[in-house]
Amino acid sequence: MLNYTLRRLMFAVPTLLVISFIIFALLDLAPNDPTGNLPLTIPPEVREQIRQTLGLGEPFHIRYLYWLNQFFINEPLNIIERIFGIEIGNSSERLRIRSWATRSPVVDLIIERMPQTLWVVGMSYVVGILIAIPVGIISAYKQYSWFDQIGTFVSMVGFSVPTFFTGVVLIVIFSVQLQWFPSIYDTTLKVTDWSSFWAQVRQMVLPVTVLALYNAAQLSRFVRASMLDNLNQDYVRTARAKGMKERVVLLIHVLRNSLIPVVTVIALGIPTIFSGAIITEQIFRVNGLGQLLIIAIQGADIPLVQTLTFIFAVLIVLFNLIADLVYGILDPRIRYE
Amino acid sequence: MSDAVIKPPHGSPSAPLVTKQRTLAADVWRQFRQHRGGVVGAIVFLTIVFLVIFGPYLHGINPAALDVRSRNLGISFAHPMGTDNLGRDMFAQVLAGGRTSLSVGITAMMLSLLLGTTIGVVAGYFKRLDGPLMRLTDLFLALPLLPLLLVIIMLFRDVLRARFGPETGIFLLIVFVIGITSWMQTARIVRGAVLSVKEQEFVLAAKSIGTRERRIVTRHILPNVLSPIMVSATLGIATAIITESALSFLGLGFPSDFPTWGRLLYDGVNFMTINPSRVIWPGLAISLTVLSINYVGDGLRDALDPRIRGR
Repeated sequence: MLNYTLRRLMFAVPTLLVISFIIFALLDLAPNDPTGNLPLTIPPEVREQIRQTLGLGEPFHIRYLYWLNQFFINEPLNIIERIFGIEIGNSSERLRIRSWATRSPVVDLIIERMPQTLWVVGMSYVVGILIAIPVGIISAYKQYSWFDQIGTFVSMVGFSVPTFFTGVVLIVIFSVQLQWFPSIYDTTLKVTDWSSFWAQVRQMVLPVTVLALYNAAQLSRFVRASMLDNLNQDYVRTARAKGMKERVVLLIHVLRNSLIPVVTVIALGIPTIFSGAIITEQIFRVNGLGQLLIIAIQGADIPLVQTLTFIFAVLIVLFNLIADLVYGILDPRIRYE
Repeated sequence: MSDAVIKPPHGSPSAPLVTKQRTLAADVWRQFRQHRGGVVGAIVFLTIVFLVIFGPYLHGINPAALDVRSRNLGISFAHPMGTDNLGRDMFAQVLAGGRTSLSVGITAMMLSLLLGTTIGVVAGYFKRLDGPLMRLTDLFLALPLLPLLLVIIMLFRDVLRARFGPETGIFLLIVFVIGITSWMQTARIVRGAVLSVKEQEFVLAAKSIGTRERRIVTRHILPNVLSPIMVSATLGIATAIITESALSFLGLGFPSDFPTWGRLLYDGVNFMTINPSRVIWPGLAISLTVLSINYVGDGLRDALDPRIRGR
């Protein structure tokens, strides 16, 4: 197992390097001038100086190595310093990835935006799982019942209807017509007492519902299929023959075995949630990571876009690895050699 | 199986019982008709396609025609879906948008299918290329697709617009980026199917009589892996339509004078408090199309699966 983990990690490093190179090259070779949006009255030599200060004077491969150095060495060191409150080396001189638009370090921007995304997206994922598992269990146990039929239809609708439409419909119904929930997520809200806590809950309801429904629709299908696979196994008949209560058979014997593939699907879904949340964040004006990416793209803020996209890629590779490892740990039949 | 003429049982009078010959396509069609969702989905999808193709001729209003006196109208006989803030007819716009959305979906699907099938067949058939091609597939699967799509479009939009004109340029760009970022699942499925077909006796037989490799692939392998390809083709249209709408919804797709369903939805969001129907209709069109395609895919998967078809 350890051997396998190490091998996978070794393989993850070149994968990430290739991805980082693709992202960097794509953004760098594109026909785009960061000084293009500046006023035309700026003389060419000043323009050239601006390009120099943005770090564009060096050739491509040097800039790529600089960026790698900043991303993999300098920024992690900064984070370690921040967490433990210590100083490693000459930290004020260390080169950081800076946003072209705000001139502040990219990592600081990301840390600013992280809590909103984690709250909304994380909460919706948890809610989605909590809906999906019971629905999947009942659908499988009562296969072809009306509950199963309706569940199948709803989940089909759930993953066919794009989140940008469900979001907009929910806004039209619940915040325009009924005025129950606000349609815009207010990040400046601080939870200090009951009323502000209530306001926080109310503004989270709509975005969380949209994402949770979408996730639940996909997951409940997996839970159902996996439960159905297990319900026909011999050990279920054995358990029933032993005289176990139906409850115990279903919720302990079958469910635990059925959740093994579901756990990996959940782990694989976490990174896609971040990129899927770009749209939801845009609809509800949640200023999380997704919105940061959109702003950066619209403003042609290359370093920010590079770093964010690469972070998404790291998440995908990381959770792929986690999913494989968890599968191996949970299912003793799987042997990685 | 191939007996077209069944001998009459003993003692039965004269003429042999003639049964109709059954073809694979007819079997698949018979099984597909059993799947209620698939049939309804197919009918809905074909209706949408029909409306989008012939609708503009029946509903003779130019989608770009402004009529400032009839702004933000509700549903009426002249304007079945109302009008927008500039008095343009929504129904005409939804029909026009559907043409773009569907053609983007279908073209992008074909591109991704071509890529996916080629890579899948080559990886499955030629052992030497299997490793590198599958690593490439894994690499593409690890890319954060939506951010990358946005980035590519942001960077290359203006160049392509300048070269091919505003409409063709963005069309080509979007079809291209959706195509090259959605072939991975097809490639994996096709590779798996090819790996199992390759080991069967008829391939060995073809090889033993000296058939060329290219001919083995096109003549013996491809027809046998057609069913997973067809299923992923159907589902590919749905994903491509959703991706295009998502891009347009984020403001990085088609320009607003060249509407697609996603773009109409995006433009409608600003007016959703005054005129909610502006977001409902295009959104409904996207959802209905995707839902019907997904049901067709479901039905097709069941119909093409020989294990289910036997029952």
